[in-house]
Amino acid sequence: MAAISRDEVANLARLARITMSDDELDHLAGEMDVILGAVARVQEVASADVAPTSHPLAVNNVTREDVVLPSLTPSEALSGAPATDEGRFKVPQILGEE
Amino acid sequence: MSVRDNASVMAAALNKKEISAVELTNQHYEQIAAVDKDVHAFLYLDKEGALAQAEAVDKKRAAGEKLSPLAGVPLALKDVMTQKGIPTTCGSKILEGWRPPYDSTVVTKLKNAGVIILGKTNMDEFAMGSSTENSAYGPTHNPWDLTRIPGGSGGGSSAALAAFEAPLAIGTDTGGSIRQPAAVTGTVGVKPTYGGVSRYGLVAFSSSLDQAGPCARTVLDTALLHQAIAGYDNKDSTSINQAVPDVVAAAKKLDVKGMKIGVVKQLAGDGYQKGVEDKFNEAVAELVKLGAEIVEVSCPNFEYALAAYYLIAPSECSSNLARFDSMRFGLRVGDDGVKSAEEVMNLTRQAGFGREVKRRIILGTYALSSGYYDAYYGSAQKVRTLIKQDFDAAFTKCDVLVSPTAPTTAFKIGEKSNDPLAMYLNDIATIPVNMAGIGGMSLPCGLAAEDNLPVGFQIMSPAMKDDRMYLVGGALEAALLSKWGKPILDFAPKLAGSK
Amino acid sequence: MSLNYDQVIEKYEPTLGLEVHVELNTKSKMFCSCATEFGASPNTQTCPVCLGLPGALPVVNKRAIESTILIGLALNCSIAPYSRFARKNYFYPDMPKNFQTSQYDEPICVNGFLDVQIQTDEGEKTFKIEIERVHMEEDTGKSLHVGGSTGRIHGAQYSLLDYNRAGIPLVEIVTKVVPNTGKYAPQVARAYVAALRDILRGLKVSDVKMEQGSLRCDVNLSLAQINSGKLGTRSETKNVNSLRSVERAVIGEVIRQANRLEDGERIIQETRHFLEESGQTRPGRSKEKAEDYRYFPEPDLVPVVPDAKWIEELKKTLPEKPADRRKRLQSTWSVPDKEMAAMVNAELLDTVEETVLLGADPTKARSWWLGEISRIANDRSVAATELISVKDVAQVIELITKGELTDKLARQVVEGVIAGEGSPADVITKRGLKVVSDDSQLMKAILDAVTAQADTAQRVREGNIPAAGALIGAVMKATGGQADAAKVRELLLKHLGQ
Repeated sequence: MAAISRDEVANLARLARITMSDDELDHLAGEMDVILGAVARVQEVASADVAPTSHPLAVNNVTREDVVLPSLTPSEALSGAPATDEGRFKVPQILGEE
Repeated sequence: MSVRDNASVMAAALNKKEISAVELTNQHYEQIAAVDKDVHAFLYLDKEGALAQAEAVDKKRAAGEKLSPLAGVPLALKDVMTQKGIPTTCGSKILEGWRPPYDSTVVTKLKNAGVIILGKTNMDEFAMGSSTENSAYGPTHNPWDLTRIPGGSGGGSSAALAAFEAPLAIGTDTGGSIRQPAAVTGTVGVKPTYGGVSRYGLVAFSSSLDQAGPCARTVLDTALLHQAIAGYDNKDSTSINQAVPDVVAAAKKLDVKGMKIGVVKQLAGDGYQKGVEDKFNEAVAELVKLGAEIVEVSCPNFEYALAAYYLIAPSECSSNLARFDSMRFGLRVGDDGVKSAEEVMNLTRQAGFGREVKRRIILGTYALSSGYYDAYYGSAQKVRTLIKQDFDAAFTKCDVLVSPTAPTTAFKIGEKSNDPLAMYLNDIATIPVNMAGIGGMSLPCGLAAEDNLPVGFQIMSPAMKDDRMYLVGGALEAALLSKWGKPILDFAPKLAGSK
Repeated sequence: MSLNYDQVIEKYEPTLGLEVHVELNTKSKMFCSCATEFGASPNTQTCPVCLGLPGALPVVNKRAIESTILIGLALNCSIAPYSRFARKNYFYPDMPKNFQTSQYDEPICVNGFLDVQIQTDEGEKTFKIEIERVHMEEDTGKSLHVGGSTGRIHGAQYSLLDYNRAGIPLVEIVTKVVPNTGKYAPQVARAYVAALRDILRGLKVSDVKMEQGSLRCDVNLSLAQINSGKLGTRSETKNVNSLRSVERAVIGEVIRQANRLEDGERIIQETRHFLEESGQTRPGRSKEKAEDYRYFPEPDLVPVVPDAKWIEELKKTLPEKPADRRKRLQSTWSVPDKEMAAMVNAELLDTVEETVLLGADPTKARSWWLGEISRIANDRSVAATELISVKDVAQVIELITKGELTDKLARQVVEGVIAGEGSPADVITKRGLKVVSDDSQLMKAILDAVTAQADTAQRVREGNIPAAGALIGAVMKATGGQADAAKVRELLLKHLGQ
């Protein structure tokens, strides 16, 4: 199994929205190698005729009726927000979109 | 009446009005004040709320109202469960000071039952760890030996029990986070069948594995708490829509004659401390004395459980933790009016998440990546199927399966924190239970010869048959209590200032 | 020198793909019980679930599943016996969980089709648009951007988020690649979206208002040289907010891509943004690297396994397909093709049908709505139905049929109703427009005319029928045009022995 490069880890960090220093990326790359090496053994038994399990419970069709129930009040909804403005969550500028 | 009593003894005393809920609550806060500076089990104490609840319970009792069995009994709540208006940090900096606008279903049930929530307990950050060393707020110390870990991720809850700071606690268990801390602190902890307890308000780590569960110092206390928190919740689509089995009756039955106890071949041997295995085997012998029959079972796919877990859990967590981006709640770093939302997200998550969390997020992101999904996440999900098949086969031959809960006793703080893989091995016996979604209990079965530290005995029961764990656990506990002459926690050194 | 559309089409073959998002009209959201009202104050319809707060969990709205199945059935899809939700992972502030709960490789409806008709040089042509899939997902919140983007305004720039819309059920309908439309690609695209809109409206699962965003269309387009046997690189155009924009977006992209190819440039696979004013597209968010959505099955939700009996019951509730309805009405009313098309294009089919259902003769209903009333409506740039009600039109037509109004008088009545003078009865009374139908009154006028034009009357008696015209004219004049000319003629001729 090829070693995971710092660039790959940097790309993963970008996908996960975490800024990391070069040192941290290098360190993580090393750790990833070790861990992936250990967990890769799942492939030994994961043959084509085994179905994957996504849910421990074999239950289907859990739904609710289309009924409206009380929402949070706006002040409850906004209560944890780092910043608000006139009833809305205030966030730094979102780049690039109209 | 003392904080060293069991919850059921306290409940009886409250019922007979020998003590009030307010007095009992205050006694516990005194104990916390005396010992928590050394143990550091609690992250937050809600004295105001707890006493208000206690007063309300006392008033109802005085008025002759019918109350739940645990009304007035104090409890410690793992800081991963939301409690309205009360700081809920999940052991992370990224949620420092966050007060949820809603109660988890477990908290709602506890409040309705009149249970007194004393405060929030310490944990590995976002439930990722086996030692509580990954908490952003400092580790919790094992009351048996303050230089040692109390287990994790729910070390705060189990330490609070072992230090008599609370007679009841709520933990959560994804790969062993209730059971392993119970094992290394000499207390009892249960992970119910997946879906047995609502996850609404349980801050998600790994959605298909997480489960909240009861913790206490005895099997009966644990059963009483289990009864209070389990049951169907229509706000949780993965909640079991069936009656909760009568775990309290099972805990009291004390009869295992004719039961078939399966010993799992793969959960022994290399990697298991000798003293741990010895105590385990002695406990198995006790069960034989009680009339149970031992069956050797082989679950070959358990060898792959750890590997599969460390693919599934990080994958799900990488997605579950994406919401921590500073936009709507929690920590925000770098918002200087110039940086973009994306930059602020990046800086916040870097500052707010600890090393283990970041490690697992990156690992999970990788395992789900296009091109790698089949080899990693996809394969791990198949291993899950195989593990479930192993359990199903084993349960055709026995009523419950047993093993040591953890491979070692409590290790020293700092001993394994630089070796992720070594740390992950702590869960080797507990993980298969979460992978299959069945029930698992840990109860104390003695002190290891090498270090006089508690050893945990794990009982695993088939899905939806949680009462079986309580049946076997209750019987074993009684036999061991008889053998030891006193509860295991009475063997622990007394903490400075403690009752 | 840049090519125009016709020139491009001679060289290049367009291939279309259309993705339509429909906001369902359920009362509550997809995964929680918050209300879905349009236009509510910000963040008044949110809860831990749709805000993505830690610990919150989704529970599926049953009506949303039902609506999606209905859409699939109406589009001739197979309903998957087993389908699942999946997480689509990416970060964006309007998405509270930073993943969208959607469907990936196990959508609820697959492999359908929709026939659309367009007018071509060779007459009406039908294109069969194949549907790849129909699946369920959730909408995002709305962001408002504050602060100048022109560089002229200095000061902090930030965005404001309202999550009322977050979690409203969305259904995504994706076509398979649509080849062989040739120069009609724009019309086919438009007709497809229009037909889809009609179906959704008929199913009553959405209010399908493109201007309000409850029906959104993304247009995928690629070009290849004719007979090259290859497919070009496609672009995806968003922000297409009306049927007309769909058509213009296709045209705009065809021209843009062709001119690039002519210049030797390659087409970049990217998301573009449609510009209403110019009909052109501009590049969207520039991304250095492609986003990897890391789909995996949603662990907080269980599979959707629709009961076969339930699907059969839903099938029975499907309304008549718009195309079938049109054929039926055309046949019942005996409407020629061109006039049928005119009625459909003017979006007056429903109106005419309603008028007919109130008892009006179909041909008259049609001619009134598409004739006089539409003329006035177009002059004033309003919709015909804003001027006068179906009830009033039906009444006028009834009066004509009963002989109480002539066409000429009826026009005045309609004018009066439109002018706000009241109901047809009110206008008739106020303006004194009733047809003189009292035979004795008419006879009096006839006798007067016959007396006044005795020679002409004699000629009629002798068999010169056309001569009666002058007498009829006189009677009409005498009655102020309020006599029914045909009735006058009948009585006159009878009186004169013819």
